[in-house]
Amino acid sequence: MVHVTRGFTGRHPATDDRLPPGQYLTDDFPVLSAGPTPAIRRDEWTFSVTDGDQALRSWTWDEFMALPSEDITVDIHCVTRWSRLDTTWRGVAIDDLLADVDTAAEYVLARSYGGYTTNLPLEDLLDGKAWIAYEHDGEDLPAEHGGPARLLVPHLYLWKSAKWIKSLDLVEDDDPGFWESLGYHDYGDPWREQRYQGD
Amino acid sequence: MTGSRLETATAHTLSLRVDEWNGHLPGQHIDVRLTAPDGYQAVRSYSLAAPADDGVIEITVQRLPGGEVSAFLTDIAMIGDQLEIRGPLGNWFVWDQDDPSPVLLVAGGSGVVPLMSMIRARDRADIQTPLRLVHSVRTPQDRIYGDELTRLAAQAGGPSVTWLYTRTAPTTETRPPGRLRPSDLDDGSNWTSGATPICFVCGPTGFVEEAANHLLAAGHHADRIRTERFGGR
Amino acid sequence: MSEHRDGNALAGPLADIFTVEATTAEVQCRACGLSTTLAQLVVYGPEPGLVGRCPGCSEHVIRVATTPSGTWLDLGGATSFHFTSTATRASSR
Repeated sequence: MVHVTRGFTGRHPATDDRLPPGQYLTDDFPVLSAGPTPAIRRDEWTFSVTDGDQALRSWTWDEFMALPSEDITVDIHCVTRWSRLDTTWRGVAIDDLLADVDTAAEYVLARSYGGYTTNLPLEDLLDGKAWIAYEHDGEDLPAEHGGPARLLVPHLYLWKSAKWIKSLDLVEDDDPGFWESLGYHDYGDPWREQRYQGD
Repeated sequence: MTGSRLETATAHTLSLRVDEWNGHLPGQHIDVRLTAPDGYQAVRSYSLAAPADDGVIEITVQRLPGGEVSAFLTDIAMIGDQLEIRGPLGNWFVWDQDDPSPVLLVAGGSGVVPLMSMIRARDRADIQTPLRLVHSVRTPQDRIYGDELTRLAAQAGGPSVTWLYTRTAPTTETRPPGRLRPSDLDDGSNWTSGATPICFVCGPTGFVEEAANHLLAAGHHADRIRTERFGGR
Repeated sequence: MSEHRDGNALAGPLADIFTVEATTAEVQCRACGLSTTLAQLVVYGPEPGLVGRCPGCSEHVIRVATTPSGTWLDLGGATSFHFTSTATRASSR
């Protein structure tokens, strides 16, 4: 039985039409941790794209920095109900990383240093909708927010934007990642409030 | 909710009358669940601050900046409100009153709450087990339960209570303000009469790590140190 | 900064599932084999879910998420749980 608590509203509910349902606006950048923050040295960092067992391509930090990058200004929405508007990033579009890749895969499993995973449809990473970001607010991305580099997929809830990104695995099946296997939604569209399995 | 009183500028003790409460062990906690009209729920754990008194339990809530549950409980909840709770919870961070071992309690900030439950249980049951509390606070104004602890410490057979100040100390204090040091936990006195104490450490994550490391370095065994860390939110 | 807590924080969600108090059970980490009391796990959360990690190797041993449809529980990071008879007695106190 659910008992509504008198006077409790949660944080102030959204009124801004740029906020998806159930979200509130915040100016800080809360840190949600599912584990210790990995300490990753840039000279030991690599990022790769794999297809099945095959490593398609891989970059060192210096090689990654030499790729064309872009400035990104986007709104971000966390499943724990906070949203931030007009956040600024710099990073490499996934389109550029996957250019000329020929694959039958329809899904991607993003893997992070520290063991985190999250699953997404491949098409949601393409057409200028997703990046590997390594700067935030004009500064190097801090470790607590996913530095050296994180996936950024702002049109989905932020747990899809894997911190400490290590690889994108192109896969045929939409196998659930870390939170998706514990009741969270496989797609996670904030505008349709797809927080949990079944939403 | 049957009562609310201020302990410090930011810590409130709430009294809750609970139907069919069968008592609890000193150190146990409850979960408080708040539900908004749109179905949004938030759950946080709070340590019980005292033995139950005729079905009435107490928790002490430290108001955290931006803490949606703590701010609700300290600022909005009123006497007469119904709150949803679950408990008593946890059998690990509990003091066994039948254990004759001396007890060393180490608290950082509002980490004193479950330890106060142990001190009050000892007092109410008139137990003579040696007990020492070391409580690290920022300033003298942050001493939760300060008056009661001072009174209990003055009684024959009462606990030994030491406050450590990290920012501002009273003028009578000889220890300069600062973080926990190894010497704060071992003052050289023979308060345990040579028996092996059981240690309970509660506070913010960083404080508990430090205190537990100091205790290990001082020769306490890992299996005699029980910890309870609370997150920042 | 990674704020974490202890396995004590798992007591509430697990009380909905187990008939005995679970945090005094001994649990063995599947990744490294370390045995520890559930209360001594390093716990992250509570949102999006509680993740109990091995104090030895940091792998996750237990995960619990509470969603509107109920509780999700993953014990896949553990090889075994040992509920001692004293723990069972204490919980009935």
